[in-house]
Amino acid sequence: MSPPATTGSRAGGPGVHSAPPGPAGQRPGTPQLLAALETVRDPELDEPITALGFVASCTVSADGDAQVRLRLPTYFCAPNFAFLMVADAYDAVTALPGVRRTEVMLEDHFASDVINGGVAARAGFARSFDGEAVGELDQLRADFLRKAVMAGTDQVCRPLLAAGTSPAALAEMTLGELPPSRAADRLRQRRADLALPSGDDAPLLIDPATGATVGEQGLPLHLRRARTTRVSIEANAGVCRGMLAHRYQTPGLGEEEDQ
Amino acid sequence: MYQKDGEKYFVVDSHMHYWNAAPDNWVEGAEQYAKGWIECFHAYQGLGPPETHWSIEHFQKYSEDDLMKDVFEDGYVDVAVFQPTYLKEWYKEGFNTTERNALMGEKHPGKFIYNTRFDPRDGDEGMKELRANVERFGSKGVKLYTAEWNKGSRGYKLSDPEAYKFLAAAQELGIKNVHVHKGPTIWPLDKDAFDVSDIDHCATDFPDLNFIVEHVGLPRIEDFCFMATQEPNVYAGLSVVIGGLMHARPRFFAKVMGELLFWVGEDKMTFGSDYGIWEPKWQIEGFVDWDFPDSEDYSDYPRLGTAGKKKILGLNAAKLYDIEVPAELRLDAGEGSPAAQDDAQLVGGA
Repeated sequence: MSPPATTGSRAGGPGVHSAPPGPAGQRPGTPQLLAALETVRDPELDEPITALGFVASCTVSADGDAQVRLRLPTYFCAPNFAFLMVADAYDAVTALPGVRRTEVMLEDHFASDVINGGVAARAGFARSFDGEAVGELDQLRADFLRKAVMAGTDQVCRPLLAAGTSPAALAEMTLGELPPSRAADRLRQRRADLALPSGDDAPLLIDPATGATVGEQGLPLHLRRARTTRVSIEANAGVCRGMLAHRYQTPGLGEEEDQ
Repeated sequence: MYQKDGEKYFVVDSHMHYWNAAPDNWVEGAEQYAKGWIECFHAYQGLGPPETHWSIEHFQKYSEDDLMKDVFEDGYVDVAVFQPTYLKEWYKEGFNTTERNALMGEKHPGKFIYNTRFDPRDGDEGMKELRANVERFGSKGVKLYTAEWNKGSRGYKLSDPEAYKFLAAAQELGIKNVHVHKGPTIWPLDKDAFDVSDIDHCATDFPDLNFIVEHVGLPRIEDFCFMATQEPNVYAGLSVVIGGLMHARPRFFAKVMGELLFWVGEDKMTFGSDYGIWEPKWQIEGFVDWDFPDSEDYSDYPRLGTAGKKKILGLNAAKLYDIEVPAELRLDAGEGSPAAQDDAQLVGGA
């Protein structure tokens, strides 16, 4: 799985730059659609909806009418996260050059009609769930990006500690000093999504809620929390994958086995 | 009682059910929700070993005999705690009510503890029902499902003022244990329904109540751990953890156990099979045999020994519910002092 090329969040707009270009001057095909959907993440699990197996199908007609069908592990998956995925998928596909009309349908979910209708009408979450919600989902998304930052911190720090980096050295490290890795890119990207320092000279260890540097004293607890957050997200993803496999016998488009 | 390698384990199944989710119990006009709910539960069963899977028909409605055989005869359980979930908007007689549980349980004296429930949105009527249930069934615990749909509302928080009234009333009535089950909906829907911070408030404000967070807050294990470590009256209910992860995702199971042992500790973890989602037999056998995989990845987690397993499988819940444990199944004085949190290296992999 390649990392999303852009933020994939409302703040930065959906990114489609990682999509392989279609034949010059022609309509996008399924590969381009799938590449666009790969930039859409499950905000809770911080993984692309394609890799998770949530894309049941995607097609685009000769006239540029794109149709995407999404599916989730259960009928009762949280409607707020479901809404975000449908809305992000809609944005990502709509942004593809040559797409004239986009339809994203979430299937087999208790709130399918409300979500599909709300996204198609660009109504926002609160209007779609009239009376049941008071605000949009930006705060929710930010909360889960902060969790992704914590989980990503464990991903990059654990190998460093195993290789002998001392806690004192780790506490002084900057993002630019991280050995190149997918996890490092991803951590930097999530921090950028939150408008947290993400340049080469930014400290590696910061509190994602405040942006404050952690420092050597706070490091043991910070890393413990980072690890727990990662375990939680990964265990959750494991349960979701198991439930999805039980619910649907066929793999989703672009679905990848977890490690 | 379960016996293995000369060790005897007193087993309390602190989270199990006797439901009817068959079509004859579906509310007209809400069939899709009733069906969706039980199919979702059935998919969870799919995470257990294949030989323990049931057909959807059997899963919708199992019999009293099935339960007695699966839980007590084959399943080693000494005492089981019924946890009701009403869902009357979807199921005519409720999914699994205090009364349904007790009517069955009365035929088997000494085997069951009947927890009841309340819903803070039910007002005075709900308060009356709570009082009546506690009197009639002798409940010492309640099970709260915060995502229940109720007259257009999609859920509540335990920190809501109405919830506090009910918690105070429950405590007055003699309730000691509050089992909390978070679900995917809440009011307002734009917030994270699984967030456990409301339990944090309750645990502080009701220090004499115990809060057992079922499925350890999954999918928010981290928030649960960070909260539970600070609240002496918060417990980790292992329903779903053992059933949903031990077989299907053994590496994640080990990591989740490690996190729980570190943050919460073996004195505050309780076994619950979540029957009929999963049968207790394979869970208990597997858990007694379980140890961390032999890998650096797990080296900094506290270990779990035989005494710890005895506590988790039954002795901790026996304390919460004042269940008499036969002398030969208790721990000797001094046995089973958990590894202190400080003993675990804070920084892993080093």
